[in-house]
Amino acid sequence: MTHTTERSVKGVLGKKLGMTQIWDADNRLIPVTVVEAGPCVVTQVRGDGEGYHAVQLAYGEIDPRKVTKPMLGHFEKAGVTPRRHLVEIRTADAADYQLGQDVTAETFGDGQVVDVIGRTKGKGFAGVMKRHGFHGVSSSHGSHKNHRKPGSIGGCATPGRVFKGMRMAGRMGGERQTTQNLTIHAVDAERGVLLIKGAVPGPKGGLVLVRTAAKSIEKGA
Amino acid sequence: MHQFDAIDAPSLKTDIPDFRAGDNVKVHVKVVEGTRSRVQIFQGVVIGRHGGGIGETFTVRKVSFGVGVERKFPLHTPVIDHIEVASRGDVRRAKLYYLRDLRGKAAKIKEKRDVPSAKTAKA
Repeated sequence: MTHTTERSVKGVLGKKLGMTQIWDADNRLIPVTVVEAGPCVVTQVRGDGEGYHAVQLAYGEIDPRKVTKPMLGHFEKAGVTPRRHLVEIRTADAADYQLGQDVTAETFGDGQVVDVIGRTKGKGFAGVMKRHGFHGVSSSHGSHKNHRKPGSIGGCATPGRVFKGMRMAGRMGGERQTTQNLTIHAVDAERGVLLIKGAVPGPKGGLVLVRTAAKSIEKGA
Repeated sequence: MHQFDAIDAPSLKTDIPDFRAGDNVKVHVKVVEGTRSRVQIFQGVVIGRHGGGIGETFTVRKVSFGVGVERKFPLHTPVIDHIEVASRGDVRRAKLYYLRDLRGKAAKIKEKRDVPSAKTAKA
């Protein structure tokens, strides 16, 4: 995979704290998600000779006894204490980062457009209506014990099987999701907190990655 | 949601009078028309308060030219200039949704007279 036009992408790992609301200058109500962003540290910088440019960020406390020896060595190389989470961000300006450098909420500014990546809340074994948005079966007109069922899942002797990928009931949630083009309403550098307009994936306390939006290069730059 | 006290604090209002369902209030609402803004009064009966903290709202109902009008305000919205309590109502419920089905004299709320005076006498 060749990236002829690598963009400079900023990112920070953080924790979703929950949602609240705030009024803007025009007295409009803005729903915001509070994300405790960072402090992260740079644990690795990938540059020329490695095929691509990227910076590796680490975030979160961890008991050093729980860290494996290879990982301990990795953190030692960067000269930082071990962290719980690691993430790599591909960016053209990776060379500007130094090992052990702190990355905080101030990475971003007010009004910037970002993507937020998180792990969605687990919904357990969910039926097709919840999982895939099927309409279900009529609640009346003679329906009996069929209300939330999917209905037909295919033909008869032709094709004589159920097609692969047929949407059915099953485990829902607990998967990585990127919510694109969210606006940063405010940055509270003092508390290391980002106020992001709208909802972000995951439960309270869940790990999120806030990253420069992939689809709004002009606006973000 | 105590964890966001610090974030919510600047938005929270401190000058909110003590009022509850059944009270008749005058809500002074800032209205922006083009470039200039003025204050409009919405007077009616509070038929309920909902939620708490920064997200608390209250609903005011009035009958305007025979048509019931309800307006729901966030309690801490900067759109509200101030709230004035015109009279206290004597009601036994926190939500007065039953008023929607009543017309005229039946929809009238008894004014609370004795208890506040007794309270002030004590104080």
